[in-house]
Amino acid sequence: MKLGVVIFPGSNCDQDLINVLQTIENAEVVKLWHKDTDLKNCDFIFLPGGFSYGDYLRSGAIARYSPIMQSVTCFANEGGYVMGICNGFQILCEAGLLPGALLRNVNRKFICENVYLIPANTELAITNKLTKNSILKIPIAHGEGCFYADQNTMKEILDNEQVIFYYCNSKGEINYESNPNGSLNNIAGICNKTKNVFGMMPHPERCADISLFNTDGKAIFDSIKENFSLV
Amino acid sequence: MQQSYIFAVMKYVAEINVMPHKNLLDPQGKAVSGSMAAIGLPQVSNVRVGKHISLEIEALNENEAFQKADEACKKLLANQVMEYYEISIHSI
Repeated sequence: MKLGVVIFPGSNCDQDLINVLQTIENAEVVKLWHKDTDLKNCDFIFLPGGFSYGDYLRSGAIARYSPIMQSVTCFANEGGYVMGICNGFQILCEAGLLPGALLRNVNRKFICENVYLIPANTELAITNKLTKNSILKIPIAHGEGCFYADQNTMKEILDNEQVIFYYCNSKGEINYESNPNGSLNNIAGICNKTKNVFGMMPHPERCADISLFNTDGKAIFDSIKENFSLV
Repeated sequence: MQQSYIFAVMKYVAEINVMPHKNLLDPQGKAVSGSMAAIGLPQVSNVRVGKHISLEIEALNENEAFQKADEACKKLLANQVMEYYEISIHSI
């Protein structure tokens, strides 16, 4: 299994992600530079968090036209697995690989804190090790994470079971109080219709190592490993 | 004798406003609205903050310049999921 992490100017979670991916047994991890177009035969492409191109214009708007993203788009359209975390999620929405957009947080603040997530779909390549009752504590760190989609798009997202995670409280209740940024329906992550492109605002790579006193994020990377071992 | 035409390429300026959709909450505008009372203008409300972008375009006519500006907005300058835009074109 070969995993590729794209590095844009301004990415700052790339090394955290690489460190975690390298702990996956039999996984080869390679860096992919934004100016390149070669995906080096990777099986799974990751877009890390950060502030690609300084978040100029809009978060992810410029990164989406970088050379590597042209290859990532073709790869995704052919069914290849792509996952975007935080800024990576914003890039995937800008690129049209995921529906909707990430707006400024409703409370106008950059939020850096632990939140709770509950999976909505446990049959995905990144959630197959979870159950419907798995409540994960995972940090968020963003200023523009308020998920929004128009009414028709939201209906499609729900009808096609494209929600990956909802923000919830420690008991797994999805409500107004447990919504950190104003996301519609408490949505923290979604996938595309064909279930091969994933985006989420929380950072599982920041809580997948025992030295960080939280390993809840590990389940996501274990799911990715499981997905490939079954193929 | 064959008639020859000369097409003069003109230069235009596009003035573009990109604004958050009217039905969306604009947290930035809300924050600015909140400051209006502090500067002694409590009569001011419903501030909405967007972007003003100006750019130069080479085109044969104003219509072509508009088409190019419109393409720039659709592909990059505005995200129509959350924003709308208005373009005005002037020759320079």
